[in-house]
Amino acid sequence: MNPELIRVVMFSVGMATLATVVMLPPGIALAWVLARRPFPGRTAVETLVSLPLVLPPVATGLILLRLFGRLGPVGRWLDRLGIEVVFTWKAVVLAMAIMGLPLLVRAARSGFEQIDRRYEQIAATLGARPARVFLTISLPLASRAVMAGAVLGFSRALGEFGATVMIAGTLPGTRTLSTSIYAYTQTGQDAAATVLLAAAVVVAVAAVVVSNRLSSAGHGDR
Amino acid sequence: MARVPIVLDFTVHQGPFTLEVHQRFEAQAVALFGPSGAGKTTVLDSIAGLRRPSVGVIEVGGHVLFDSERHLDLRPHARHVGYVPQDVALFPHMSVRKNIFYGIGRGVSPSLDTVLRLLEISPLLDRRITGLSGGERQRVAIARALMSGPNLLLLDEPLAAVEQSLRERILPYIECVRDELKIPLIYVSHSLDEVRRIADRLLTIEEGWVVESTTGHPRLAEGRVLR
Repeated sequence: MNPELIRVVMFSVGMATLATVVMLPPGIALAWVLARRPFPGRTAVETLVSLPLVLPPVATGLILLRLFGRLGPVGRWLDRLGIEVVFTWKAVVLAMAIMGLPLLVRAARSGFEQIDRRYEQIAATLGARPARVFLTISLPLASRAVMAGAVLGFSRALGEFGATVMIAGTLPGTRTLSTSIYAYTQTGQDAAATVLLAAAVVVAVAAVVVSNRLSSAGHGDR
Repeated sequence: MARVPIVLDFTVHQGPFTLEVHQRFEAQAVALFGPSGAGKTTVLDSIAGLRRPSVGVIEVGGHVLFDSERHLDLRPHARHVGYVPQDVALFPHMSVRKNIFYGIGRGVSPSLDTVLRLLEISPLLDRRITGLSGGERQRVAIARALMSGPNLLLLDEPLAAVEQSLRERILPYIECVRDELKIPLIYVSHSLDEVRRIADRLLTIEEGWVVESTTGHPRLAEGRVLR
């Protein structure tokens, strides 16, 4: 395979992996809070988290661009710290993480909701503080749902196009599988686009297989 | 038997159901007796800190666990109350050993050897929870609660789901816990036979009210079972 195509595949898988790592802590925290802690404004948080699923990806990308651009509220602040996000690899990770987050939160939340609360309550009566209950009971019991959600989030991140194009462009240093397929097709390089298409199919199938295995292993154990 | 002062003086509102308990007594083993839905588990949940009473006081052995007037409501992890729920709730992702060791370190636990000997569970330590029989699960759940160093042990119908022959085998373990470890018990049961063997104080609850509170066993000779 053409070294440039290999680089694109490796870059995409690497960025999607990084995006998954980045989205895991807030995703798990959000999922747990939504599943276990009623609070004022919960509906607003639920809506906000799900927004990237229903908004056109380019619209999400535009929101990110407005927020993280040099004149945006977050971008201005980051700029003062010397951190540039827009049209860099960091923008790719950001777009991927934001687009993958709703899938992770939905799967993990469902996992937390399925845990019998009695386990968490009894752990507390045995002397475990809430953080220990979460780390030793809730998270392990929901781990398969969390993992399945992470795989889904990774898959979504890998296929991300609209938001990535808006905030990271299709520059040589920010080209992902999706944006490269689009760019090659637009410039008549059909062979290169087909090779990347095949690579995307292989990675996607692997992700689905892993996700299914995690789900079926979960059913067998409990 | 070493008897401890117990104050259960509280009200719980739970939708249309109201539980009223207004009892002060000394006991080593208290039985909560009554039909299903009377509020027995709600009493245990309130003592363990899993359900917040609307108003009242809960005190065991001089330790105040809940006092609405003083705005005192100890969190479950700080109450030192061991709880064996009806479904035992052994952690399914842990071995028997890890379940038993989960609560160690909170208070003064009985020695592991003593608990293993009393409940005869040494051979089970490395087993998975899913492979245990009903009686084994009950004993492991009691051991787990004991090893957390409780000042009070709550047992919610520990024998409800086991066969009659197994009940006869498990009851002596509970009697050993009461007599050798001298940990006060509150024991929920439908069976007066069990209550007669375990308890020195009987609270009969019906439709959210304690309709009878007795020492000794004036009603127990009947040996009847409520369902």
